[in-house]
Amino acid sequence: MTTAAPIPDLPPTPPALLDRLHERLEARAVGDAAPDVHYRTVDSPVGRLLVAATEAGVARVAFEREGEEAVLQSLADRIGPRILRTPKRLDDAARWFDAYFAGAHDPFGLPLDTRLARGFRLEVLDRLRQVPYGERVSYAALAARTSSPKAVRAVGTACATNPLPLVIPCHRVTRSDGSVGAYLGGPETKVRLLALETTGALPS
Amino acid sequence: MREPFEHVVTAHGETVWRVCRGLLPQHDAEDAWSETFVAALGAWDRFEGDRVRGWLVTIAHRKALDVLRASARTVIPEEGVPDSPVPPAGRDLDLWAALARLPDGQRAAVVHHHLAGLPYDEVAAVTGTTPAAARKAASDGVRRLRTLLVLEDA
Repeated sequence: MTTAAPIPDLPPTPPALLDRLHERLEARAVGDAAPDVHYRTVDSPVGRLLVAATEAGVARVAFEREGEEAVLQSLADRIGPRILRTPKRLDDAARWFDAYFAGAHDPFGLPLDTRLARGFRLEVLDRLRQVPYGERVSYAALAARTSSPKAVRAVGTACATNPLPLVIPCHRVTRSDGSVGAYLGGPETKVRLLALETTGALPS
Repeated sequence: MREPFEHVVTAHGETVWRVCRGLLPQHDAEDAWSETFVAALGAWDRFEGDRVRGWLVTIAHRKALDVLRASARTVIPEEGVPDSPVPPAGRDLDLWAALARLPDGQRAAVVHHHLAGLPYDEVAAVTGTTPAAARKAASDGVRRLRTLLVLEDA
């Protein structure tokens, strides 16, 4: 004991203890005590994905380049700040991504919560969900399937702001000239995903 | 614009642990820790102000009292007591055991001020006393603690 400290310095709390305490919190934060949003990260061949869900279903999938902190803050602002990391509760979602990257066409129905998209953007996402695995559709062709068939630019915006990339396949929308176009996960990721769906294997 | 609650757990989880462990035996402290954060999670969207740590310590203090009341019927021996068959495994065990032998008021004041780092006005708010009384309780507690720790070190 030094003379400067009134009581001995506490040794740091073991990380394993803090992990165990956090797991207890996760196990207790259910039902009435459930958070607004629970989330986890999933390691994937296209980088670390952040997967966030409400009680209704997965509401947000974010690429690493979007920044975990920025995405969580945006979820706090738009859905609610009661946000908790709960890896076990999102094991199903993690399995969905594992299966998808292993080449499964439609792994299994993942409950989704599309509350982060509204109005026309939500309509575009609904149309997108009907684009089959391995198929490509142009922005114009997708617009033609909506209630505003000429709103090609708005369709582009809806794809660019898709809160559920990969799960809602905005990567299947490409330009009329054949080029892949923009992608939130980066154009190179879009190219790889399209190759995965064509060849059954993800190019490195 | 409120930050995600997970940040609160990351930033204050260890402080709340020290408060719970300072007031309770290990197993009860784990209960109190999770109950504290469950309650804080539930109220996070309504929390006002910037004294997050003081708010959490207030909840932890209340949860610790709840746990103590619940286990008042079944006396759980604190580890490290002189006739305990298992010797304390480290210096922190000595501190927890020594804290357990302080009178309640001193114990809470030492834990909230020296372990959680709350200023005396916040300690007083948590324990329902005055800042001057909190300061005195912490000072008396530390003096007694030093005696206990020296005795146990010998």
